[in-house]
Amino acid sequence: MGKRILMKGNEAVVHGAIAAQCRAFFGYPITPQNEVPEYMSKCMPEVGGVFLQAESEIAAINMVYGAACVGVRAMTSSSSPGISLKMEGISYIAGAQLPCVIVNVQRGGPGLGNIAPAQSDYFQAVKGGGHGDYKLLTIAPWSVQEMFEHAALAFDLADRYRNPAMILSDAIVGQMLEPIEIPDCVDTDIPAKPWATTGASGRSRNILTSLYIVPEDLERINLKIQAKYAAASLREVRYQEFDVEDADLVLVAYGSTARICRTSMTMARKKGLKVGLFRPISLFPFPSARLAELARLGKQFLTVEMSAGQMVEDVRLAVNGVSTVDFYGRLGGMVPGPVEILDQAGLSLERMHPKSYTVGARFGMVGSGE
Amino acid sequence: MEKVFTRPKTLSDVQMAYCAGCTHGIAHRLVAEVIDELGVRENTVGVCPVGCSVFLYEYFECDTIEAAHGRAPAVATGVKRCLPDRVVFTYQGDGDLAAIGTAEIVHAASRGENISVMFINNAIYGMTGGQMAPTTMLGQESTTTPGGRDHARAGYPMRVCELLSPLEGVAYAARVSLTSPANVAKAKRAIKTAFQNQLDGKGLSIVEMLSTCPTQWGVSPLDAFRHVDEVMTAYYPLGVYKDVNG
Amino acid sequence: MHEEVIMSGTGGQGIMIMGQILAHAAMTEGRHVVWFPSYGPEARGGTADCTVIVSTDEIGSPISAHPDTLVGMHQFLFNRYQPIVKIGGRLIVNTSLIDPATVRTDCDVVMVPANVLAEEIGNVRAANMVMLGVYVASTGVVSVESVLASLPEVFPSHRHKLIPLNESALRKGAELVRG
Repeated sequence: MGKRILMKGNEAVVHGAIAAQCRAFFGYPITPQNEVPEYMSKCMPEVGGVFLQAESEIAAINMVYGAACVGVRAMTSSSSPGISLKMEGISYIAGAQLPCVIVNVQRGGPGLGNIAPAQSDYFQAVKGGGHGDYKLLTIAPWSVQEMFEHAALAFDLADRYRNPAMILSDAIVGQMLEPIEIPDCVDTDIPAKPWATTGASGRSRNILTSLYIVPEDLERINLKIQAKYAAASLREVRYQEFDVEDADLVLVAYGSTARICRTSMTMARKKGLKVGLFRPISLFPFPSARLAELARLGKQFLTVEMSAGQMVEDVRLAVNGVSTVDFYGRLGGMVPGPVEILDQAGLSLERMHPKSYTVGARFGMVGSGE
Repeated sequence: MEKVFTRPKTLSDVQMAYCAGCTHGIAHRLVAEVIDELGVRENTVGVCPVGCSVFLYEYFECDTIEAAHGRAPAVATGVKRCLPDRVVFTYQGDGDLAAIGTAEIVHAASRGENISVMFINNAIYGMTGGQMAPTTMLGQESTTTPGGRDHARAGYPMRVCELLSPLEGVAYAARVSLTSPANVAKAKRAIKTAFQNQLDGKGLSIVEMLSTCPTQWGVSPLDAFRHVDEVMTAYYPLGVYKDVNG
Repeated sequence: MHEEVIMSGTGGQGIMIMGQILAHAAMTEGRHVVWFPSYGPEARGGTADCTVIVSTDEIGSPISAHPDTLVGMHQFLFNRYQPIVKIGGRLIVNTSLIDPATVRTDCDVVMVPANVLAEEIGNVRAANMVMLGVYVASTGVVSVESVLASLPEVFPSHRHKLIPLNESALRKGAELVRG
């Protein structure tokens, strides 16, 4: 491993992408992801790659489409409102079955919203977002180190399934500085791309399109795409667990919220509350099977998000009524604090296990001197 | 016996699905002939539009990409920036290039993307059923301008060559028509210049082809050709608007 | 050891770089550390604050709901953050821009006329480094030496000519605590 370097998440994802042989980046300025195109503009030329500041988010994703068509690992990044604008292009890329990576450094919405951290683009990311039956292979880093590592993971997933992959970050993970270790080389798997439209030299022509005017043909393509998602659901589920074995209540959270929950969990344990943490890393495919298993083992859940309740729907689908799934969310760029989540965990435990937990009072520390 | 006329290698051996009297077929053939003559077929990537020529990729025997409506210049930018030694062209209609894709063409032109843009201006949305295009003539009937296009309600027709030629990144902008053998010959020279400019690294070249749509104009093919010569050419004068070659 | 500090002021006061220098120094001392910024939409004159968490353990939440210390460079955000500081926590107050009468009394309070002290050494813009010197010397989170060594690493190279001024400001702040 190399030496420790203090770096922002937005810078780490650039270094991770370049280490993973990303050689084309197209983007448009929007806070809080501006460091991504800024670092790219500096780093891409150093490796002979393409950097271009596009005239719009729409142009940027379509430039990614063009670069992906010729077999180059291509990336764009934006933040919530910009990702909405890219949705047309993302649908076309999924329809034409092309690999690319999209980074969303989520901010508050809807509309112009604000530039504070949020997780309210979960549905847009994991359910598709644009028109048609497609999904994005979505992963959620919770540290600067993972912003680096997930770049290679996202490109590998995108290439493996010929489908756009999304790194669903937020203003906390993108903006925070942490020491990271950059390895000397990054393991990444770039398959041959005989389908690329690089010029029909010595072979028959290649056509890349999402247009299939005959419904039978389009249904066949859709089934092929769905089969890829089924395969990914078997192979690409990623999650992390903390102290779930003996837990009465399992917090479920991703990205920066999972970081905060981890602190809440530590506080809870110190108070003798049996709280664990389940952190989905892949949001699509979602770790449904493991959550279902935990539910069968009698675990109860509290999902925490910076949204009005989006991932919680997937948690409830996974748990399927076998146990209780509570929800706590903050909206509009508000970040739940560790104590706030601890309070909610206490309330959930009281309700779910009235005999074991009669904690009664809230655990709030404000003014308590703790 | 000597064979004196044949299908260009760059055109596929399939029947085109264009209406009688539509000039897309002529335009396709001219582009294919130029690609053949320059010997770049195996090195060419075409970017197709959304509109009547959406199936261009069925007709061209080179690598092709189907872009979203209006986004062809952005897709072409992505291709060309990654593979600067390939020949990249877009083929776009008036709705695609001059309405929904205005930002993409203006900025590709402004950046001087080294690509060739084939622009078909037939003053109507053909595929979707004859709605007003940005280039629809004043007074022209369309399914969304009943009684004819009125500038007070629907604005003025857009002159694309005149709009783009002042941009620094534009190497070549020419308007041609396809209504006579002489005009077709001039059109082919313009298309060849547009491709040659790309091979010479000169920047963005655009050839606007005044075209016909007898079906949506509701006239006979012959009257459609006459309409181009007499009405459209008066508002959209033919000629070279910019040529960095002097 | 686990220390959470919020540094707050207005855009242009060098709030972000104060935190970044602390974070870098903590990293060189082998600590776990997270720095997180928040600012208003204005590039200058708006609100600016950052959170730094330094710990011997892996850090969970990068956001501090109840910081151990607040470094206040300006009245506006000081008023916002002061109520969330832990009782018995530490307030380091720039009295050049914050009214001492508004400061909580249930915390350890260090009053620093940072702008005045920075002007004495030649540039009011070094007030942030005076405050950082006070912070480091009064908490001992990292050594003053690590902070000094971090300056050339954190300042972009075109700002390296400002390092001597910033060093003096840091030392001045640290000496204020040590007396």
